[in-house]
Amino acid sequence: MALLELKDVSMIYNGKVKALENINLTVSKGEWLAIMGPSGSGKTTLMNIIGCMDHATSGEINLDGISLMDVNNEELTSVRRDKIGMVFQQFHLVPYLTALENVMVAQYYHSIPDADEALAALKRVGLEDRASHLPSQLSGGEQQRVCIARALINYPVLILADEPTGNLDEANQNLVMKIFHQLHDEGHTIITVTHSPDVGKEAEHCVVIEHGHIKNAEVS
Amino acid sequence: MRMLTALLAVAVGATIISGMVTVYRDVPEQLGREFRAYGANLLLLPSNDSSTFNAENLDKVPELIKNYELVGIAPFLYERLEINKQYILTGGTDFEQLQKVSPYWQIKGNYPKKGEREILVGSNLAQILSPYETEEIIGKKIGISAGEGTAIRQYTVTGIISTGGKEEDFAFMYLDDLQQIANKPNAVSLARLSVVADAVALKAVEDSIKDNIPEIMPQPVQQIAISEFNVLGKLQVLVLLVTIIVMALTLICVSTTMMAVVTERRKEIGLHKALGASNKNIVYEFLGEGCLLGAVGGLIGSGLGYLFAEFVSVQVFGRSITFSVSVAILSILLSLVITGIASLIPVKIAINVDPAIVLRGE
Ligand SMILES: Nc1ncnc2c1ncn2[C@@H]1O[C@H](COP(=O)(O)OP(=O)(O)O)[C@@H](O)[C@H]1O
Ligand SMILES: [Mg+2]
Repeated sequence: MALLELKDVSMIYNGKVKALENINLTVSKGEWLAIMGPSGSGKTTLMNIIGCMDHATSGEINLDGISLMDVNNEELTSVRRDKIGMVFQQFHLVPYLTALENVMVAQYYHSIPDADEALAALKRVGLEDRASHLPSQLSGGEQQRVCIARALINYPVLILADEPTGNLDEANQNLVMKIFHQLHDEGHTIITVTHSPDVGKEAEHCVVIEHGHIKNAEVS
Repeated sequence: MRMLTALLAVAVGATIISGMVTVYRDVPEQLGREFRAYGANLLLLPSNDSSTFNAENLDKVPELIKNYELVGIAPFLYERLEINKQYILTGGTDFEQLQKVSPYWQIKGNYPKKGEREILVGSNLAQILSPYETEEIIGKKIGISAGEGTAIRQYTVTGIISTGGKEEDFAFMYLDDLQQIANKPNAVSLARLSVVADAVALKAVEDSIKDNIPEIMPQPVQQIAISEFNVLGKLQVLVLLVTIIVMALTLICVSTTMMAVVTERRKEIGLHKALGASNKNIVYEFLGEGCLLGAVGGLIGSGLGYLFAEFVSVQVFGRSITFSVSVAILSILLSLVITGIASLIPVKIAINVDPAIVLRGE
């Protein structure tokens, strides 16, 4: 059953920059898809559209039964809040909040902050003993795991990760990939974006995007 | 850090506003009191043809005007007495009250003590009595009588007064003594009354005395009341102008600081939006921050403003002021309104932050 379906999706910035052209993509529930491609190929643009941060210029997008082209900005925000969990290359933790509080920020906008639940999320990524640390007191890999815990906290139907290991060394990269495997095994639907073939091949499926087009879809 | 700047701006604004308002509220009273220092604002004269009225009438005055702050009321009886063979106009008065209604009288030596046969002489009179060394008259005894064929009593000169007016030709003693010498018990030629009141209140005092004590004809010393009124009017405009300017400056300062804060925190705002913050959340957060700023700034400011006003009052008027809760509340409310308005543009900028910036690199 398709959780996410894109049909002929195009994104044209400022009426001239064609970042995406006629993208067709289907992601089933429980699937782990990697989107690969060189820099500037449109991966982040695609993530923004799937992640309900931006409206596509044209096409049809269906996420968990909602047609994203038919909702206004405000509704798009609530879809993003309820259905998407996002992991960023630069982690984007609030520097003056502890690991636990950073996780609770996402709870705050979604429902109500719950320290126990947030602590449980940190435990899932193996950071329960770092709960009261500030981001500056954590290594890059630990920060990324806090970011993953934050993405998981509201039980999203889709986890999006844009270059999740782009700022990490190999050891930390492996640790983070292990968490993604774990999430995949638990039945989460995941889309990771990467320019690194090493990271890409960890996923269940992989598509390559070039100059705003999907080049080939291969099943590994 | 920037928020601290904004907080400082609000606090300074609130300080000046609450200080100005407090000073402004208190100044009319202070100024009124200052003007009282330049003398009486009401003369009480006999209403009928006679040249004196009964001093007992004056006892009713304090009760009649008990709603106003009475500075002093000094009775005067003027009589010609023979002093060292010359006829000298002599005033009988109550020296304690005299000092209250005419604080500008300069005295060398001391005021007479009650019941001690002591007398003050005007500086011109002193010159006549002791032409070579004027001040040597102090401590000397002089003979006083009501005229040819009456008993001569010896009075000790205790001081010399200078007023810049005709009083310098006169002598002054206690009212009782003069009444006795002149054989005019209870007689008073006039009284000088000093009360803390603006022009309107003074008119009320005047009417009240006129209506209730038929023997007395009150007459305002008008110049002072009018100039008092003018000064206050100008002061009001000045305070209003300064307050408006300070409010505008605070508004601009807070607004630009908050805009800088929003711009600085674009990434964070984008992140909050990416995590699901709605525009409403963002508006509440920044308005909340703005209001907190206004409340804390206003609180600090109203406290400092009180100290500022107290300082001004003590320095200028030599008098402490009372803390006013309503002024404090007013300045806190004004701070809230100013920061609220100042937050509008920054909040608008914050709303327009695109969450997509989070996924784009630095
Ligand atoms: N906000 C934007 N405005 C204009 N052009 C943009 C914007 N975002 C991305 N682009 C352009 O779209 C293309 C794809 O960018 P992006 O999706 O960031 O690629 P990738 O993430 O694969 O490196 C690039 O040519 C980029 O310059
Ligand atoms: Mg990118």
